[in-house]
Amino acid sequence: MAAPQVSYAARPSLLQRVSKALKKDLFQRNVVWLIMTIPAAAWIFLFKYVTMGGIAIAFLDYKPRRGVFGSEFIGLKNFEFLFSTEVAWRAARNTILLNLLFITVGLLFSLTVAWLLFNVYTSRVMRFYQTSLLLPNFISWVIVSFFVFALLKGDNGLVNTFLKNIGRQPIDWYSSPQYWPIILLLAYLWQSVGWGSLIYLSGMLGIEPEIFEAATMDGASRFQQFSRITLPLILPLIILNLLLAIGHIFNADFGLFYQVPRDQGALYPTTDVLDTFIYRALINLQNTGMASAAQFYQSVVGFILVMLSNWAVRRLSPRDQDLSLF
Amino acid sequence: MSGYTQTHSRRYRGRSDRLMRWIGDSVIHLLLVIIALACLTPFLIILSASFSDERALALKGYSLLPQQFSTTGYQFILHKPASILQAYLVTTSVTVLGTLIALTMMSLIAYPLSRKQFVLRRPMSLFAFFTTLFSGGLVPYYILVTQYLHLKNTFFVLMIPQMVGVFQLLILRTAFAQLPDELFDAARVDGASEWRIFLHIALPLSKPTLATIGLMTAIAYWNNWTTALYFISEPKLYTLQYLLFQTMRSAEAMALEPQIGQVPMPLEVTRMAMVVLATGPAALAFLYVQKYLVKGITMGAFK
Repeated sequence: MAAPQVSYAARPSLLQRVSKALKKDLFQRNVVWLIMTIPAAAWIFLFKYVTMGGIAIAFLDYKPRRGVFGSEFIGLKNFEFLFSTEVAWRAARNTILLNLLFITVGLLFSLTVAWLLFNVYTSRVMRFYQTSLLLPNFISWVIVSFFVFALLKGDNGLVNTFLKNIGRQPIDWYSSPQYWPIILLLAYLWQSVGWGSLIYLSGMLGIEPEIFEAATMDGASRFQQFSRITLPLILPLIILNLLLAIGHIFNADFGLFYQVPRDQGALYPTTDVLDTFIYRALINLQNTGMASAAQFYQSVVGFILVMLSNWAVRRLSPRDQDLSLF
Repeated sequence: MSGYTQTHSRRYRGRSDRLMRWIGDSVIHLLLVIIALACLTPFLIILSASFSDERALALKGYSLLPQQFSTTGYQFILHKPASILQAYLVTTSVTVLGTLIALTMMSLIAYPLSRKQFVLRRPMSLFAFFTTLFSGGLVPYYILVTQYLHLKNTFFVLMIPQMVGVFQLLILRTAFAQLPDELFDAARVDGASEWRIFLHIALPLSKPTLATIGLMTAIAYWNNWTTALYFISEPKLYTLQYLLFQTMRSAEAMALEPQIGQVPMPLEVTRMAMVVLATGPAALAFLYVQKYLVKGITMGAFK
């Protein structure tokens, strides 16, 4: 150990010069790297961080002419106003309940479809299944609202035409809020099953095939293989997805809830969620006070939920792979 | 995989077992065919409606096949195609320009974040990823864009939203980090600058990932209608999706007074033809590029 140290020490000037040059080089490279990050970092700062600070508008009597810094501070007035209306509570309730419905049914459905696909993975028609299942995922909600409209239109929609043909009374879908949780659920499943099942399918394909071969030889049935092998092995993936979804339970998909019910007032009791409520308050009603109070409420509760779910993911993930976000 | 287990079962197990397996597979195929068709049916219904006759559609209703085949809907659009062509032009320019800018900005920040010697790697990553945890939401965003940046009714505002996606940034960073270190060391010894390494080594070697991210971004731009809903009221800046949304609304308004012109406009089939013309190219493009997208989804699932 001692000998090489001596030999290096014999020519210190070269080592010093090299390390100095390297340090200078590294410094220069760091400067270039920093410059590279500037455009995106500036974008993130402006559109993400400035708007984060902007939720403080909820405490102002915001007047566009006066701007954010000129408007008067009014404390919790906006919140008092917001929570005195039943509509805000309704929107919060709808957001959570509908999201819970979507998360649970969506999980069961995606998992089932993934398992069906897994069983016929080598089949030649696999590509057809995958393409058809994924196609809805790449269609905007505007188009989906046309699809739903063609099915549910009052006088000549497909469903009502069918009801008339079998001698039943047609239903005025766009003014009957009681059906909409199910309709929205179906639209959600239709749109998301391709993506959802693909994630679980790739999890299942990651399992060592030898395990299934051994089980088959031991005479385990398909269902036994699913409950004893597949399910336990992809459970971490399921839990991760569930927790992440629960973290975002206070945020609704604006497109689904705004486009599919076509913003029909009669449907608000079961379709109005926080995101559509905030949009209406801000742009249709021009009530910035109420919108910003609701926005503050959504952002802060959303943040707490995300932090909680992230904490849970970290607690539950296996020691060798931390699946949490940070 | 199931092929492998089948050969085994053939060797080790009896005929009734094989029959059971065959029945099981058939049931699974049947279920999958039903689900796949359920996914495709809405497309077919709209396509059929677009080729229907207006009166037949009103009387007999929507169905899987056209009611009295007719192309009046398309004729109506092609008679005055200005609005849809303009929307196509706007959407295509936004998609192409936006995707190029987004890819440039995202790879420019993802590359330094993938370098272990970058001093600001951790703080900068945290700076980017914190935005997935906490969001100011629509209200501050709307006020910022309209009252401080004055971008309402500008072409540029349509490009803002998808410019930096943290999820995409994460995938790009992983792709750059997975390139072998030896390559970068060798280039450095040869005296290549970081710009050169980025342009001539990191980018070309990450082409598949860049293509996937580019496609995801392009689809997001193509399908975006919320930005136009918030910030655009000028018809010449309507995007395709927003134009469709508007036809739904304004056509409804027109339906209340059907005798506007001499010939009543076949509202419903025209609307459906519009949907087909707007969705068709995107759907075909999807079929062409889907394998890259599948890769993107699975990459995202496992980071």
